[in-house]
Parts: sequence; C-alpha cells; structure tokens
Amino acid sequence: MVADNNVIIQVSGLSKRFGEIQAVDGVDFSIYEGELFGFLGPNGAGKTTTINMLTGLARPDTGSVRIKGIECSVNPKATQHLMGIVPDESNLYPELTGYDNLTFCGALYGMERSNREKRACQLLEQFGLTDAANRKFATYSKGMKRKLTIAAGIVHSPPILFLDEPTTGIDVASARHIRQLIYNLNAGGTTIFLTTHYIEEAERLCQRIAFMVSGKIVRTDTTGNLMRLTEGRYVVQFALSKDIEGLADAMEKKFPYVKCQTSPGAAVRVESREPILIAPFVKFMEDHGVEVTEARKIRPSLEDVFVEITGIEANAIKGEKEKMGVGR
Amino acid sequence: MKARIAFWNILLKDMRSYYLKPPNVSWGIIFPLAWTGMFFIRSGQGLDSILTLLPGVVAISVLFGTTSMLAVTVTFEKKGRSFERLLLAPISLELLMLAKTTGAIIFGIANAFVPIIMASFFADLSGLNWVTLVPAIIFIAASSTFLGLFIAVSVSEVFEAQTFSNFIRFPMLFLCGLFFPVKQLPAWLKPLSYALPLTYGADVLHSSIHQVGNMPLIFNFLMLITFCTALFVMSLRNIRQRWIL
Repeated sequence: MVADNNVIIQVSGLSKRFGEIQAVDGVDFSIYEGELFGFLGPNGAGKTTTINMLTGLARPDTGSVRIKGIECSVNPKATQHLMGIVPDESNLYPELTGYDNLTFCGALYGMERSNREKRACQLLEQFGLTDAANRKFATYSKGMKRKLTIAAGIVHSPPILFLDEPTTGIDVASARHIRQLIYNLNAGGTTIFLTTHYIEEAERLCQRIAFMVSGKIVRTDTTGNLMRLTEGRYVVQFALSKDIEGLADAMEKKFPYVKCQTSPGAAVRVESREPILIAPFVKFMEDHGVEVTEARKIRPSLEDVFVEITGIEANAIKGEKEKMGVGR
Repeated sequence: MKARIAFWNILLKDMRSYYLKPPNVSWGIIFPLAWTGMFFIRSGQGLDSILTLLPGVVAISVLFGTTSMLAVTVTFEKKGRSFERLLLAPISLELLMLAKTTGAIIFGIANAFVPIIMASFFADLSGLNWVTLVPAIIFIAASSTFLGLFIAVSVSEVFEAQTFSNFIRFPMLFLCGLFFPVKQLPAWLKPLSYALPLTYGADVLHSSIHQVGNMPLIFNFLMLITFCTALFVMSLRNIRQRWIL
C-alpha cells in the first residue's frame, strides 16, 4: 500500500445534479500515484459525470478536486496538462488518418513537431496500428478506434490517465489487447482511473476499487480486501436438462444451509458457507425429473462481492452487457 | 509557445479538413461569381455598374462564406464529440475559439477578394481607398464569423445553425444599406438596421469604393470592433454555460 503523501487525486464531497436527477452525491475518494483505481458501477451510476468533473467537462455543484495538490474544481485548465482522457466513445477526427490524429492531439498539448511525430510512430507500433497509420480514422474497426483513442490519450505521456469504459462494445481479442495495454501503462508508472461496468475487468486490472451506485460510493477498498469477503464461500453451478419452476425454493427447503438461484438457460447456482457435496443435489434434481448435464465448482468472484455490497443483482449488470451486444 | 503550437495546429487542421476542401473552394469562387453575374445582368447598365455592385457582392461573399462554415467546424464537431477533445486541451477557451474562428475569417477575406479580382479585369479600381477597404473586409469577416459562432454555439444541430443563420443573414442584407440606403428605410426599421454589424461594414465599403459614407469611418470601425467583441464574449459565455455543464 502506498503512503498518503503520494495522493495524486483527492476528491471531497463532490456532487452534481441535473434537474431532478442527483447524478453524483457527495463523493469522496483518493487515488495514489502509480495506482490503477477502478470505478465500478452499473450504467447511470454517475461514473462518467465524476470523470467529467475531474477533467473539466462538467462543473461540480459542490465539493473539491485536487490533482497533484492543485485545486481544479474551479479552474480545470490548471491541471489538464497532467491528464490523458479516453472517453467512453471514440471521439477522434474521422477525416484524419490515424497518424494525423495522433500528431494533432500531441499539438493540442504543445508538443513540438519532431516530438509528436516520433511519439505518434511509437504509439502506432505499440498499439499494433502501424499498418493502418495512413488510413482515415473513419475506416477503422471499433477495436482499432478504441486503441487509437487510448493512444491519443497518452500521446503527451501524462502522469494520469482517465479511461471511461475502455473495452465496451468491442470484440474479445481487442478487449484483451486493450487490457494488456492498460496493464503495461500502469506498470510503466501511469496512474490510471478506470471506470467500467465489467466487474471481471476491474478484478483483473485494478489495485483498488470503488463501487458506485446511484451517485454514491458504497465501498472503496483494495481488490485483495474485497476478494477476502468471498473467503469461506462455496459456489456450484448446475446445468440442467430443462427449467423447472420453483426448483430453487424447493432446494432451499431441502438443503437449508444453501442459497439457490436459477439463472437463464436452465441453470441453478448454489451458494453456501459450507463445502457443497454435489451428489445429494444431483439426486434431488433427478427425483424432480430434471437431469443434471453439468456441475461446476465456481470460484466466488468480485461480482459476488459487488452483489453483496450493493444489493444490485449481477444479472442487472450482465443485462447491460447483453444490451451493448458485447462478446466477452 | 505551447499555446502557439496548439493554436496553429487547430487552424491548420480546420483549413485542411474544411476550408481547403474542393467543395468549399469552389463555393468560395462560384458563389461571388454568381452574385456578381446576377446583379450585373439585373442592373442593365453594362460595365459601368461593376463598381456600383462591388460593395454588395463583397459583403454577401464574406457574410455567407463565414457564417456557413461555423455550423460545420463548431456545431458538427460538437455533435460528433470531437470538440470535447479541444475543450480538454490545456489551452484557454478564448484561444481555442480564436483558433476555430480564424480559419473562417481567412476564408471570408479570401471570398471577398474574388469579386474584387474579377472587377479589376473590367473596371478601373484606381479610385478605391485600399487603406480603409482592406480593414473593412477584415472587420466584416471577423464580425460575420463571430455572428456565425454565436449562432453555432446557441444550437445543438447543424441544420438548426443553418436555419438560424438564414433568418439573420437575409434580412441583414436588405437592412444594412448595401442595396437600399439606410436613410430611405421606414423610420421603424432604422433602429434595426443600426443594430446590425454589417450596416457599419457596408458604410465603410461604400466610403472606400464610392467615397460616399453616411457615418464617420472611425465610428464605423469602432462599432465593428464592438460587435466583434460582444459576439465573441457572448459565444464564450454560451459555451461555458451550455457545453461545460
């Protein structure tokens, strides 16, 4: 754990209201230098509004934001040179080539021509886009667009990088590549503020995570501490030959030490604080005319912690993924 | 130094992406030519009418050239979210918007010289007062650009910007004294005429080309500077209120 004097972003009592909606409600958190900090929550939780307030695209109603000790809630321009920002949608210039987009973004941060040209070539290589360097951004695939948008965010080598939903809406291979790039950037010393609604992404990448729900932070802790909440929990997922109404309730009556939950696609998830023996469950289901096609022990994940802390069903988040049409 | 690099590159990108594109270059040439031809034929006075038509055609070319472009360079980029990238850059909003508008001002000035160059082949331009004509064109281009900017940042869609532009541009042409002297307008329309930046620009154009101005030159230039400043400041205020939520 890093010392308190290494705080690079300090947020206190940050709030923002849009009409009747309290988008962000008294949020406090600190991010340490060199940390990969995850901001996790469902769509509409207030993650993007928080990023916008930190970067200067939105004005906080109340609260303060200090970046590297500089108060920037009133004058965000004072700290914008320290940040790279990758928005939730790729927003580069469609009429410019990949190379021209990068050199233009470098120029916005005052980089000299020779420096930005060298840096653009280096980033195109690093992000596997050299072959597409002279193609217009409009012709890029979604995954390529996300990669170039991230490259544009770090063209001026900022010490802090804000990544808003970096892997949303892209294919599995590109998402993996982007996660590796994020990991490498952080390993190279960049402080990263990552918002995502992909729980497993946060679990894999982040050192600390804040759970945000309805504009409020409900818990902030290290990923390790959060995962410790899953210790002593056992989960088995049964795949069944057919869906049976009321099966989960019947199982809980028969096995009072477990919690059962049916999932879409003829499956039932059994959770317990005691080790789960599979055979009695298989027999129980056969007695109810259902064949068990697969029984799999599952390692409890951050998703379980998220559900326990926020009270939001994991299915609600999964539903969002399906809506986005994302293959993970 | 860093601000200068950002300013220059925003301007350069806009010139390449918008103003120097073949459709806009051809618009910049054909539009003034079409207006000149139209007025020339309509006047029926032969080549003698060229100088009479010049202030009107110059003003129309600048006005339409500048105001049309801002809907694209600002409203379109805002809609596509690429404008956010500029707002997040560590340069002041004032400098950013000056960079975004300088391209349109240069485009407007270039547009103004199309009819002047054309006229030089058919008429004697030795009587023109270039010392006042050139600054007049620059200030008309700047005030029209800032008017276009004010419209562009007051709306959300490109078509809204173009619709509002037309609501303002066409009445302005007929009320500014280019085609009908302001003195001959009905009394109730005169205050409206004096509330338009082009009225003062048109007066300098008449003064520079025909040596007949209604108001002192210095007053006209001061009014143009006032309009430029007011429109720019109001546009910045609108951006801060509407785009930085």
